[in-house]
This record gives sequence, structure tokens and C-alpha cells, in this order.
Amino acid sequence: MIFTPIDIASSAVLLFLFLAMFTFLLSRRQRLMIDICFSLAAAASLLGFIAGAWTVAGGVTEKIVLLFGLPDLPFHLRLDPLSGFFLTVIGLLSFFVSVYSIGYVRGFLGKRSVTSLVVFYCLFIAGMFMVVMADDALIFLISWEIMAAASYFLVLFEHERIENRRAAFLYMVVAHVGAIAILLSFGILAGLATGFKDFSGYTFDAMRATQFPVGGATAAFLLAFFGFAAKAGIVPLHVWLPEAHPVAPSNVSALMSGVMLKTAIYGIIRVTFDLIKVFPWWWGALALALGLISAVMGVLYALMQHDLKRLLAYHSVENIGIILIGIGLAMIFTSFKLPLLAALALIAGLYHTMNHAMFKGLLFMGAGAVLHATNERNMEEMGGLIHRMPWTAALFLVGCVSISALPPFNGFVSEWLTFQAFLLSPGLPNPLLKLLIPLGAALLALTGALAAACFVKAFGVTFLGHWRGHHNPSVHEANWPMRFGMIMAALTCLLLGILPAMFIGWMDTLSAQLVGSKIGASSGAYGWMWLTPVAPERASYSGMIVFWGIMAVVVSTFLLLHVRPGKIHRAPVWDCGFEKINPRMQYNATSFAMPIRRIFGFLFSIRERVRAGSNPGHAAFPVRLNYSLRIRDRFWGWLYQPIVVSSFWIARHLGRLQQGRIQVYLIYSFITIIVLLVFL
Amino acid sequence: MQIAAQIIGFLAALVLLTAFGMLVQRRMTALIHLFAWQGLFLSISTAVVGFMAGQRHLYISSLLTLSLKVILLPYILHVLVRRLRIHREIETVVNVPLTMLIGVALVIFSYHLTAPVRELSTLVTRSVLPIALATVLIGLLMMITRRHAVTQIIGFLAMENGLFFAATSATYGMPLVVELGVALDVLIAAFIFGIFFFHIHTSFDSLNVEQMARLKEGD
Repeated sequence: MIFTPIDIASSAVLLFLFLAMFTFLLSRRQRLMIDICFSLAAAASLLGFIAGAWTVAGGVTEKIVLLFGLPDLPFHLRLDPLSGFFLTVIGLLSFFVSVYSIGYVRGFLGKRSVTSLVVFYCLFIAGMFMVVMADDALIFLISWEIMAAASYFLVLFEHERIENRRAAFLYMVVAHVGAIAILLSFGILAGLATGFKDFSGYTFDAMRATQFPVGGATAAFLLAFFGFAAKAGIVPLHVWLPEAHPVAPSNVSALMSGVMLKTAIYGIIRVTFDLIKVFPWWWGALALALGLISAVMGVLYALMQHDLKRLLAYHSVENIGIILIGIGLAMIFTSFKLPLLAALALIAGLYHTMNHAMFKGLLFMGAGAVLHATNERNMEEMGGLIHRMPWTAALFLVGCVSISALPPFNGFVSEWLTFQAFLLSPGLPNPLLKLLIPLGAALLALTGALAAACFVKAFGVTFLGHWRGHHNPSVHEANWPMRFGMIMAALTCLLLGILPAMFIGWMDTLSAQLVGSKIGASSGAYGWMWLTPVAPERASYSGMIVFWGIMAVVVSTFLLLHVRPGKIHRAPVWDCGFEKINPRMQYNATSFAMPIRRIFGFLFSIRERVRAGSNPGHAAFPVRLNYSLRIRDRFWGWLYQPIVVSSFWIARHLGRLQQGRIQVYLIYSFITIIVLLVFL
Repeated sequence: MQIAAQIIGFLAALVLLTAFGMLVQRRMTALIHLFAWQGLFLSISTAVVGFMAGQRHLYISSLLTLSLKVILLPYILHVLVRRLRIHREIETVVNVPLTMLIGVALVIFSYHLTAPVRELSTLVTRSVLPIALATVLIGLLMMITRRHAVTQIIGFLAMENGLFFAATSATYGMPLVVELGVALDVLIAAFIFGIFFFHIHTSFDSLNVEQMARLKEGD
């Protein structure tokens, strides 16, 4: 064969780098630049998708050693089913988003130059492709930094607003603290691989060939987990996420939330299942516990938001939590030598990775379309958009149903698989885990219900009712490239929801590689229509039948209502005789979330104030009421504020060393020399 | 051979003596003269080491030292001092007897430190190593105790002399390429310092480095 998957993937990366380098040539003709560059980016993403899908389907592993790199330490690339899977996810969503961007980025024309957006967009995707293909610690970290730096500049795209600069700075700090932890972790692994003798341990192959001692492996795992958790936005390292995602351009938010967070999941899987391989069960328990906390906290915080994109960002925290639950369970099952269950849990986690990329990409694209049309991020100022933007509304609804884990869309399948993994955990030989893990299933169920409530709120307040804003902007429907991007993502959500058995069959090579077991055969035992993850008598689900059932109900209802004309009347809203009703009296996002705010209030720091303006007539008839509500993340006060305060304190005290007098600095060097001479 | 070793020892003593001289000398012109003397002793000792060890390239370094550290740099410094009308050094930070005592302590410290090296080495010049180290440390001490920018530069150049001395005595000199590079660096550094001093002098109206503490941003 002439071409192999790794050739295709490398050429995709090269195409992106080429685009990043030569985009500036077109910077005089911005419109042409958008059309050409994003079309080529879509093509390159598609190449990545093809390479990834092919690798997973074939179950092949390919390596190349690049001719360049550091002296004596060349770079290695490798494409195995795990990389292939993540390449598929990244390529597919990048393809949709690139198509969407052709339309979306036009919105900036005439306002600002988009050259930097295009350049860093291409670098960003190239960085993500390279991260999953890297096969040694050096190129992994280099790609990781390219990805982080490019996304930093993308967050900073509209840099004149102070909140954007703040968010970008916070993102940079967290990303770098994480990167340092990852660097140290690879340092430990590489050192242990050669017994701290030379540098040849930097390749992943050398690490794979090593049996790590428990202590060193644990240190490496904890560091890597911390670093990747910072990137993935796992509670309590999630604070950058709700700041950075809302302020980035929406196509970038879709990529950051949809796939960039997934590279961290890739890193966790790569380090634990592939490099370290043998680990104690408590690693999995740690991942599981943090996953559960992230899922519940993420969705609760999301419920409190009324900024549409910030709400979606908190949902990313939730979904990363759900993915991590699957991975954590897989780790627990692996350490107890239960490969079949591990395969199920891992597939559940990875399936959710794919699904989250698709529906979160779709939702951010929808939010971008709304933002594009209304210039408004605050849901409280929106409403009734379904009449003006029917396409966007319908596609956003698909995303909402998917993320709320309702059949027949894809979110349901992966969460259902996660539940199956949970329900099989009584097979574990450890009584403590046997007791505690089913509690996790209850928390996951709570998360699902709260997510559904949250998206009822998001969709209802944004698209239904009447427009709430003060002035009524000229709202228009999204243009065709944007619609195409969203339609393709929505169709993928549907296909992943109704054909899960085929998808799981495709992923078989992946679980075989990582945990040494397959569930493809048993899942598809009843044919492609039925999903039977472990055994048909235990649990089965058919997305196809649910889909046709729902379609049948919808169609018959529609026919019943419309078959006789005159059955539907349009009339003014009944105002209870008040007569002065206006759109601002509608049920809004804050009121929708109030019951949940009351129940879970102890988790937030809430300041709620009602102030009545005094009435000269009588106190019982106030003229105006002022209601203010401020909800803050508790973790900021608990974890980050002390760090900020103490680093300022340390900086102030260390500042005294800087006297500004040359003699003092000379004395420092003098003392240093003497001390070094004496002790070395 | 024995005589050569004695000559080198004698020259080393002279280098150390000039280092002490520079440590306490207040007058600018005399200080520059002392620096030139130190360079001369260094140059002669390098030539002697080269003769003794049969290393041809040490003659070249010797000539380089002679032209650079005995003639060119003192000349530049003289021009600087005359142009800026500096003749007397302002008060030192630490008084003279205490500076001398610290200098003596540094020499003892260097002897103590290099004792194991002297036992292992088989070179004729091994006894010079502690003196070279002491010269480096005394140069640094001079930079610390003086307030005038020009004396700090002389201290810096004296340190460089000490390093050069250490290199010739410990290993019969560095490769010629390295030495040429170092010589060039020193020359360029002297030029840059000279230019900077003119600017500092015009903007601060003084070359007292304590004035530069004003550059620090306030709390």
C-alpha cells in the first residue's frame, strides 16, 4: 500500500503548519483568507479523521522516527488505536468547526483583523494532532505547549476587554503549572526507565518496556494526573475553564471544550494504561472520586449561570467528570484483573469522550450563532429566538437532548454504558469498593437529572417565550456554512445514538490494546440494532427502535393536530387580568434555578439581596424593588485566594533582597562563591 | 627547572602584593599603575611558564596580556580618569585595616581550599594555584568595598587577571582560541564600561554607584 494512516495524519499536520505559516500572505484580503484557510483546515481535519478511523479499524500500530529533534534525541511519532481514536475525535470535530468557521468568522470582518485568529486556529489543531501522535516525552511536551500557547492567543483574540486578558492570564498560569507537573512526571518515568543513567529513557517505548517500582510509579502518576487534571478542568482545578471558554471566539470555544480537554484524558489513559500498566486500585478510586465530584459540582455550578457560554463551560467540567468516572472504573477493574469489565468501563468513558466532543461542539456552535446574531451572552436578555432562528433552535435542541442523556441521542448511550459498568462493580473482590461504588451510580444519576434541568433552562429561556432585552436587535438566522457545521454535528450525535453497536465494534482494537479484552462481539450479539454490552439477558438497548418510536409519536401527534384545520388558535397570553404584562415578567433563568439554589446553597457562596425603595405613601406599597444576586465559586476562596495572597506576600518579602545597590548584589555573589567553594 | 619554579613563585608573590596594593590604594592614578604592574608580572610569569613547559602558544598569550593589560587598558582608564576629572576615590565602605584583614583571611582560605589539589598535581606551577584563587577573591572583595564605578571596573579586571593566572598555573593555559576570545571580551567590556561611564556621569553627575540605587522603583 502506498499510503499508510500515519502518512495521512502527518500530512494533515504539515498542511496545518503550512497554513499557519503562509496565511499572512492573504492578510490584505480577509474575506478570501477566511474562505481559503478554513476550507483547507476542514480538509486537513478530514485527513486526520480518516487516518484515525483507519488506524482504529485496522488495529495497526505504526511508528516513524523524525529526522530532526534535539541533538542525539530524535523525535518519535506513533499511531496506535488509542492515538487513532483521539485523532478521530479531534479530526471530526475540527472538520465540523472549520466548516462552521467559514461562516462564523465573517462576523468579525470590518471589525478587526482575523489573521491572528486563523493562524493560531491552525496551530492549535496541529498541536492537538501532534499531542496524540507523539511517542516520546519531548515532542509530547512541545506539542502540548504549542497547543496551550495557541489557545492562549485565541482566548486573547478580543484583547481590548479586561475580562479577556484576565481569563487568558489565568488560563496560562493553570496550563503552565500543569505542564510543569507533566514534565516532572515524564522526568521520573524516563529516569526510572534507564535507572537515571542516560537520556535514552525519554521515548515512550523505553517507558513501556520498564517495570516501574510502586513508589516511583505512584509519584509519576500523581504528578501526571495533577497536570492533566489542570488541563481537563477537573474540580478543583476547573477555575480557568468558565473564565476562558466564554471569552474566546465561539468556534474556538467549541474546539477547546470539545477536544482540547480530551487531550488531557488521552494523557491520563496513555500514562496509566500504556506506560505504567500495573497500578494499585486506589489510583482508579482517586480518579473515580474526582470524576464524581467534578460531575456533580460542574452541573450545579452550571445551573447557577445565566451566561450561555459560561453555562456550557461548566457543563464541560461535568462531562469531563463523567468521562473520568469511566476511566476510573476501568482502572479499578484492571487492577483487580477483570479485563472484561475494564473494557466495558473504558469503552463507556471513551464513548462519552466522542459524544461530548460532538454535542458540546454543537452546543458551542449554537451559542456562537446566537451570539453572532444578538451580540448578547446573557440569557436573561434573550428569549423567543426560536421564531427568528428556527434552524439554530432545532440544532441547539438536539445538542441539549444529547447532553441531557436522553434517548435516542448519543449522550444516553454512553451514560447508560457507564451505569452498566457501575452496576457490575459488585463483582469486585474488595468489600469497601463494593459498598461505595454503587453510591457513585446514584450521584451519576443525580448529575444526569440536574443536567436535564439545566438544559431545560438554557433552551427555554433562550429560545422560547418573548425577547427580554431592552432594545430589540435585528436578529438573523445563522448563515449556511454555520448551519452546515451544526447539521453535521447533530447528525453525528444521532448516528452515535442509534448505531452504538457498530461504533463499539469499531473500538474493539482499542480495548484490546489497553486492557486486553473486547466487548464488541457481545455488544453486537443481537445484530447492529441492539446494544447488549455484557450479555443480552442482562441489559439491552436499541437506539433505533427508540428513535422510530419517538418519530412515530411525533408524527402522529402532528397529524392529529393538523389534519383538521381550525384546531389550533393563536391568541394573546392570558395575563390574569393584570393588563400591564411585559416580556421582563417572564419566568427567567434565575427564577428557574432558584429551587436548586435553595437546596444546594451550602455549596456556593451566595449573596442575595432584596432592597425595597421607600414609598412616601405607605411602606406596604414600595415603588421599586432591587434584587441582586451574586454567586461565587467556593473553590476560589478556599484554594486559590490563599495561594494568590501568599505568593504576593512572598514576593513582597523577597523584594527586600533587591536593594538596588551594586555592592549588595556583589556580596550575594561573593557569599555564593565562598559557600560553593567550601561545600563542593 | 628549580630556578624557573622559584621565579614563578616570586612573580606570583608580586601579583598577590599588587592585588593587596590595589585593595587599599585610594588614588586613582596609582591604582591604574598598580593594575598595569600586575599585568606585567602576569605576562612575564606566563612567558616563563611557556618556556619551562615548552608550550609555544603561551608566548602569544603573554604578548596578548602585555599589550592588552599593561598598555591598552591602563591607557583607556587613564583617559577616562582625565576626561572625567576623577583623582581621589571617595570613602570606602569598609575601613582599610578591616579590608586588609579580610584579604588575608581570603588568602588563607584559598590555601586551605587548594591543599588537596596541590597534593595531587604534578605540575611545577602547582604552588601558584592558591595565589591565583586569592587574586580572584580579592578582586571581588575590591568590587564590594569600593563605591566608585571606575574602581569597580579595575576590580573586575583584576579578577580576570586572577582567572588567567589560575588557568596558566593549573593547566599550562587554556587553548589559544579560548584565550583570544577572553581577551577580546575583556577589551570590549572595557570599551562598553567607558561609554557607560560617560553617560552615567552626565546623568547622575557622579560615578558613585550608590547613586544608582535611585534607579530602583520605590515600594
